[in-house]
Amino acid sequence: MFFRITQRDLLLAMRRRSDVLTTLFFFVIVVSLFPLGVGPEMSMLRTMAPGVVWVAALLASMLSLGRMFSSDHVDGTLEQMLLSPQSLSLLVLGKALAHWLVTGVPLVLMAPVLGIQYDLSADSLLVLTASLLLGTPVLSLIGAIGAALTLGLRGGGVLVSLLVLPLYIPILIFGAGAVEASAAGLGAAAHLSLLGAFLLAAVVLAPWTTAVSLRISME
Amino acid sequence: MPTLQGIDLTCIRGDRKLFSGIHFSLDAGGLMQVGGPNGSGKTSLLRMLCGLAIPAHGEIRWGGSEIRSLGGAYYADMTYLGHLSGVKDDLTALENLRISSALAGTEVDASKAHDALQLMGLGGRDLLPAKVLSQGQRRRVNLARLLVCNTVLWILDEPLTALDAAAVKLMQGVMERHLEKGGMIVMTTHQEIEIAAAATQRLQLA
Amino acid sequence: MGRKTSQGTQYLDMAINWFKYSSPASFYFLAGKMIPLFSVAAVLFCVVGLYIGFFVAPTDFQQGEAYRIIFIHVPAAWMSMFLYVVMAVWAGIGLAFNTRLSSMVATAIAPTGAMFTFLALWTGALWGKPMWGTWWVWDARLTSELILLFLYIGFMSLQAAIDDPRRADKAGAMIALVGVVNAPIIYFSVKWWNTLHQGATVSLTQSPKMATTMLTGMLIMSIACWMYAIAVILIRTRAIILERERHTSWVGELQGAKS
Repeated sequence: MFFRITQRDLLLAMRRRSDVLTTLFFFVIVVSLFPLGVGPEMSMLRTMAPGVVWVAALLASMLSLGRMFSSDHVDGTLEQMLLSPQSLSLLVLGKALAHWLVTGVPLVLMAPVLGIQYDLSADSLLVLTASLLLGTPVLSLIGAIGAALTLGLRGGGVLVSLLVLPLYIPILIFGAGAVEASAAGLGAAAHLSLLGAFLLAAVVLAPWTTAVSLRISME
Repeated sequence: MPTLQGIDLTCIRGDRKLFSGIHFSLDAGGLMQVGGPNGSGKTSLLRMLCGLAIPAHGEIRWGGSEIRSLGGAYYADMTYLGHLSGVKDDLTALENLRISSALAGTEVDASKAHDALQLMGLGGRDLLPAKVLSQGQRRRVNLARLLVCNTVLWILDEPLTALDAAAVKLMQGVMERHLEKGGMIVMTTHQEIEIAAAATQRLQLA
Repeated sequence: MGRKTSQGTQYLDMAINWFKYSSPASFYFLAGKMIPLFSVAAVLFCVVGLYIGFFVAPTDFQQGEAYRIIFIHVPAAWMSMFLYVVMAVWAGIGLAFNTRLSSMVATAIAPTGAMFTFLALWTGALWGKPMWGTWWVWDARLTSELILLFLYIGFMSLQAAIDDPRRADKAGAMIALVGVVNAPIIYFSVKWWNTLHQGATVSLTQSPKMATTMLTGMLIMSIACWMYAIAVILIRTRAIILERERHTSWVGELQGAKS
């Protein structure tokens, strides 16, 4: 059932490919804007790169959060999910997985290319990709809570950013920190394992919290 | 066969009390028609019976246990069709039917789903995306779920809106067969419809 | 700090034992009687605390007179953190036991908590200027305090966006609980980030040797802040009760008696 819901969301995303591409292009554009704002000096860009890529990833992943539940809410599918004999937490996990596959994975794949724009070394590129691979699923999982709580509210899109961005801060710190640590020769293992721990915690806790929030919002 | 019971139900929307002191008991083969003017709380009552809304007072029992405590076990026995169709524009009629059934806990293979859609008069349209279907046809896709599900209790909110005379007659037959087999139906409708049932009760909300 | 726990248990007693006062109507009248007491206590403690802070406490030989802002800064920072926890606890009780009054109290706490957070940031900046020559440093404490302000703003915006008060209570409780679980994680990540970047490491509260009078002044100011917070929260809770219960007979009688 878990894969069934993921499969359905992927199918829907494939029928509306433009939505997926919009998120990806947003990410690319935001990252490309920074050199235009701060100047093309390579040494500065190199130190900024991890932070810039990570902040852009946060924003891109957040932009698409609204879609996670709202279309299902509008057409009544969400109601049916709440009435499913399957565990709602599991359904939510399936939806979060689909969200990550559709919005997170393209960012992870695109990040090395953008890192080259910022003259990152091969090692740094590898760590950046690894940190995004571990961190972006957490963004989808935490974001699901915000999306569930703001379901159907006016101005839900802006509101969700107020709720979710402060919660993203640890991911930002350790995601960008991993690249900086490896560039400074300290090794990124500690940062990456912490990101892994966040991911585990989020997989366990976030779907349940989201399920409770969905029931509150649908009542 | 379990019984659906409502005990002293009260519904408050915002500051307004919609209804209070609603009692009923529905047994196997029983049909309950919920009537009342717009805004009298028909949909609210049905959402309560599904566990989507919590009554301000009173409780709903399925086989003697409170439905919220039953959770998934209750949902395995129940099918709810609400105002919203739950039909996805971008999926075909067939995909819609198979996915919504799977969500409700019944896996339906393609040929069975095809037959159900055929019976609902959507033969030859089952591979079209739902966005090209008319309002009534989308409703039929939704109602086709009743043909493939094997739940006891059906809770239907205005199931006959947007349907033509032939489809209304068809649904009438489907519901009668369900009741004959010992199923139960709670429904709201504005249309006058005669459904033969072992026991029919009317619940009028003021 | 000791004051906080005793106050906490007192609140809890009220919810569990004094069932009579868990109904909004009785609470309304009880709160009406308590507000003057707490207001007077707040003014008294504040006068005494400020007197100690400005006239009794010795001048710091390193920081001169500028340090005296800690008599407001530190209590405000403490309050901002305690109040977030207290708010989350009340909201959580409201969610778990469906007690409307506790949710109302949580809603009433948020603006006061946000105000103290803002005050802590503002006084921190004022103190930073003479100390470090800049209004803002990305110090771990200041940064965490800024994030705490974001958490308060998120809670208040979410509740403000929801029309149905029951949903607003529950959704607010969820985000407050998620925030309170994440707060330590956020705090430690900010700390790690700060040490990694070797930023300003001037600690705001741990002067090597703090004179007893300084500590006394700070504690008395904290008590004053508590009294003020309780009084304001009670006033706000009363307003929320009136708004939510405006259709009940007891509010009607109250209105009738006034006019």
